[in-house]
Amino acid sequence: MQPNLEPIILSRTGTMIAHKSLKIIVTFTLALALLPLNAFAKADPQAKESKDEFNPTDMILHHIGDSHGWHFFGEGDSSFTLPLPVILLTEDGLVTFMSSKFHHDTEGEYVVEADGGRFVNYHEDIYRLDEGAERLKFNEDHVAINASKPWDFSITKNVAAIFLTVILMLIFFFGLAGHHRKNKNAPAGFNNILETLVLFVRDEIARPQIGDKKYMKFMPFLLTVFFFIWITNLLGLLPGAANVTGNIAVTVSLGLFTLALILINGNRDFWQHTLWMPGIPTFVKPILAIVEVLGLIIKPVALMIRLFANITAGHIIILSLIGLIFILESAGVAGISVPFALFITILELLVAFLQAFIFTMLSALFIGMAVAEHEHH
Amino acid sequence: MDLITPEVGLIFWQTIVFLVLMLVLAKFAWKPILGAVKSREESINEALASAEDARKEMQNLKADNEKLLQEARVERDEILKEARQLKEKMIAEAESDAQQKADRIVAKAKESIETEKRAAMADIKNQVATLSIEIAEKVIGKELSTEEKQHQMIEKMLNDATLN
Repeated sequence: MQPNLEPIILSRTGTMIAHKSLKIIVTFTLALALLPLNAFAKADPQAKESKDEFNPTDMILHHIGDSHGWHFFGEGDSSFTLPLPVILLTEDGLVTFMSSKFHHDTEGEYVVEADGGRFVNYHEDIYRLDEGAERLKFNEDHVAINASKPWDFSITKNVAAIFLTVILMLIFFFGLAGHHRKNKNAPAGFNNILETLVLFVRDEIARPQIGDKKYMKFMPFLLTVFFFIWITNLLGLLPGAANVTGNIAVTVSLGLFTLALILINGNRDFWQHTLWMPGIPTFVKPILAIVEVLGLIIKPVALMIRLFANITAGHIIILSLIGLIFILESAGVAGISVPFALFITILELLVAFLQAFIFTMLSALFIGMAVAEHEHH
Repeated sequence: MDLITPEVGLIFWQTIVFLVLMLVLAKFAWKPILGAVKSREESINEALASAEDARKEMQNLKADNEKLLQEARVERDEILKEARQLKEKMIAEAESDAQQKADRIVAKAKESIETEKRAAMADIKNQVATLSIEIAEKVIGKELSTEEKQHQMIEKMLNDATLN
């Protein structure tokens, strides 16, 4: 059935360009509804037989996950991968070696010996094999029985990407600060764009949410977090780039910063309203205190999940669309999925800004609530 | 590496790197940038305010000028009016003066004519007298050779004399 459908898809692809995006979506939905059924029906039995069979879940998780080397293209030993340092904290102290020592192995087969320890990379988790163990073994609960997991402080792909963002931000904003040191005029060109964005954060986010009196204190955090998220989001859209802001660890860290700022800067009023709400019957107060404290924690948790989920979802959609080509084993599908992936990528450009804006905006809002001076009741 | 299990290593690096980035940028970028922007905004506001002041001053000046001009115009009109009055007065004075002088000249002329006339009359009388005497002498010499003739003569002369 599949070969018969190809010409239809191709002819649809041909006319598609002339149609509006709504029609594209309808066409695409139809194609999506019809085709995978056959494809999966055909592919599933083979998947168990052959290890080389394309597995979209593995591919996607591999692309959005972190890794110890920065892989650009190619397979196995012929692939082009930037080796990154692996830093492990074991019971015997720090162990460091380059990720290239694993020889692109992520199945726990290649054993690296360093500083007296023997290490394997199993799906980007690094295990230290016990004395005498040759191969990593797991029990039914997928817990290693002959190896331990050291603390992994490696410069992974994501950490390297974070460094890249940091370097870019330092170049950008030292440049802008340098301009201001030299002359008093408004900057031109790229510096002007940066300054406009800085003013956007100040005038549209910090000032309205925190108030004219106190916003200056939080500007460094808000500006840094806004540009960090935005630049990282944009870099994440490049081919071969890391999915940093779509990694829960990164967003957890950012969310903790917001939480810390709320906890440190919350004033007397804020704590009173959180722990012992005035103006309500005493027996309700403890109940409300529980709700308020939960709310206090949920706010940054929502922040970290929102950013992580949005960015990861965007990546998954793009990878799924590209993955369709391989699932259906047909180059013709590219006619549909590539324009769609492009469309989603352009949408992601917007999302990249939007998520940076929302994270900063809500952080400012929560901080503003914590430092607000209440008109006394 | 699970999708939703945060890795300690990445949290560690993200936290350290972000904290350092924030502190470094705060000191060397955000502070100078925000400071410069703020001072520029202040200077722009100042410039706008001073422009507004200058505009108001200009308006005041213009109003003043208008006022001055108005005053000058009024003064000019007044001066012109005065000048016209003065001119009329002067003309009138000159006229009356001239009239008086003319009158006086005419009066003098009349007076002198009268005097001359009188003098001329007196002179004529004298000459007539002299002439009369001469005639009389001659006539007397010739006519008054007789008494009768003398009488006739006197009679005749007296008759003539009343002709005057």
